[in-house]
Amino acid sequence: MSEIILKVKNLNVKLEEEEIIKELSFEVKEGDVLTILGPNGAGKTVLLKTLLGLFPYQGEIKWTKEVKIGYVPQRLPFIRDIPMNVEELFKLKKISRKEIKETLNSVGFGEEILDKKIGNLSSGQFQRILVVWALIGNPDILLFDEPTTGIDIGGEETIYSLLAKLKEERNLTILLVTHDLSVVYKFSNYVICLNKCPICQGVPREVLTPENLQKLYGEEVKFYEHHKH
Amino acid sequence: MGSQFFLSLIAGIFIGGAAGYLGTLMLSKRMALAVCPLGHLALPGIALALIYGFDVSLGAFPFVILGIILIWLCEMRTKLPMEALTAIVFASGVGIAFLFLPIEETETALVGDISRVGFWEVVISVVLIILVSSVIKKIYPQMILINISEDIAKAEKINVKKYNFLYLGCIAMIAALGVKMVGGLLTAALVAIPACSARNLSRNLSQYTFLATFFGILSSFFGISFFKLSNFSAGPLIILVSALIFLISMVFKK
Repeated sequence: MSEIILKVKNLNVKLEEEEIIKELSFEVKEGDVLTILGPNGAGKTVLLKTLLGLFPYQGEIKWTKEVKIGYVPQRLPFIRDIPMNVEELFKLKKISRKEIKETLNSVGFGEEILDKKIGNLSSGQFQRILVVWALIGNPDILLFDEPTTGIDIGGEETIYSLLAKLKEERNLTILLVTHDLSVVYKFSNYVICLNKCPICQGVPREVLTPENLQKLYGEEVKFYEHHKH
Repeated sequence: MGSQFFLSLIAGIFIGGAAGYLGTLMLSKRMALAVCPLGHLALPGIALALIYGFDVSLGAFPFVILGIILIWLCEMRTKLPMEALTAIVFASGVGIAFLFLPIEETETALVGDISRVGFWEVVISVVLIILVSSVIKKIYPQMILINISEDIAKAEKINVKKYNFLYLGCIAMIAALGVKMVGGLLTAALVAIPACSARNLSRNLSQYTFLATFFGILSSFFGISFFKLSNFSAGPLIILVSALIFLISMVFKK
C-alpha cells in the first residue's frame, strides 16, 4: 500500500478578487503520476503554485513530512537574456560539480553541455536542463508545468519518455499540468479535470467520458474524440 | 591640480566599476531603465545640495530612496509597465528640480562635475563603493535566480522581498554616487552601457560581470583623462567613451 504524499481538502484560491480554484480535494500517493487537465485559464498553473506555497489559499494542503519537491515552471522568459552557461545555472543551487554531472548523465547529457550558453540551447535541450534542475537534491515529487510548451513534436516524445524513465529509476511521484489529452492516457494513472471547479477525477480511462470532456472543454471535445480514434 | 585630477580619477574609477557591475543585474531584469527615473528623481536633491553647498550625493540619496518607494508603489498599484512609470517619474523629477535650481548650476546638476571632489569625499565614496560592491556580490546568485523566475526562487526558499530590498538599496547608493560624476541625466547610461557592451562579448556570467566592471572602469578612466585634456565636462565624456566601447563590442558580438 503506497503512502499518501499529499492531501488537499476543500482548496479555494482567490487572486485579486477572482475565484481561480473552487472546492478542490484530492490525494496523491507515492509513485502516482497525476495529471491536471484543463483548458487555458482553468487554474492549473495556479494550482501547482499554490501547492508550492506561492499563493494564498483557503482549505487544507498537507504534504508528508520532509518531502522534497522539484519544480519546473512553464516558462522562463528572461533566462535567455542572461549570458550564463549551464554550469553557472546549476551553481545557483549550491551543489557539487559531481552531483551536477551525475544528474546530467541520468538524463543523457555529457559533461560538454556544462560550457554551453543557455541562450544557445535548443528548446528540447533547455527543457531537459530544467528537468535536471528539478532533479537535483533527489526530490520525492516533481511538479511539472506544461513540460512541452514551445517544443516540437519529436521533443515532446523525448520529454515524456524521459519522465517515464526517471519515474521508474528514482521512484518519483509526478504532478503534471497539461492540456494535452493524449499525455493523460499514455502517461498518468490519475487525472484531475479542472476548469476552476473540479469537473472530474480518477483513473483516466474511467473518468474521461465524452460527457465529462464536453463539460471540461465545451466544443473543443470534438477535436479530441476525433484525435483519439 | 595634479592631485585634484588623481582624486577625480580614483572616485571615477570606483564609481564607474561598481556601476558597471550593478548594471549586469539590472540588464537581466530589464531594470536598467529604473536607474533612469532614479537619476532624474535625484535632481531636486542635487539642486538643494548645490544651493546650500553640501555634497550632491548626500542630497541625491534621500530623493533616490523616495523615488524607489514611489516607483514600487506606482508599479504595485497601477501595474503599468516600467517604461510608462519612467516617463512620469522622469518628468516629475526634472520639473521639480527646475523650479528652484539656480541656472548657473544647471550643467553640474544635469551632467555632473567630478572635478570638484575633495579628499574626504573620495575616501567616503570609495568606502561606500567597497561596501555596496560586497553586498552586490553577496546577493548576486540569489538575484540571478529571482531574475530568472521569482517562482523558482521562492520554491528554493529564497526570501524574494528581502533580496529585492537589498538590491534596490544598492541601486540607490550607486545612483546617488553616480550623479556626482555624470549628473542626473546620465546616471542610467553609467549603469546600463558597460553591461550592454559586456553582454555582447560574454559567453558566461563570469565574463559578463568581469567585462562590465572593466568597461565601467575604462570609460571613467578615459572620460576623466579626456576631460583633463579638453574643455568638455567629464560626465558626457565618460558616457561617450562607454558608448564607443559599446559600438566596438557590437562588431565582435558573440
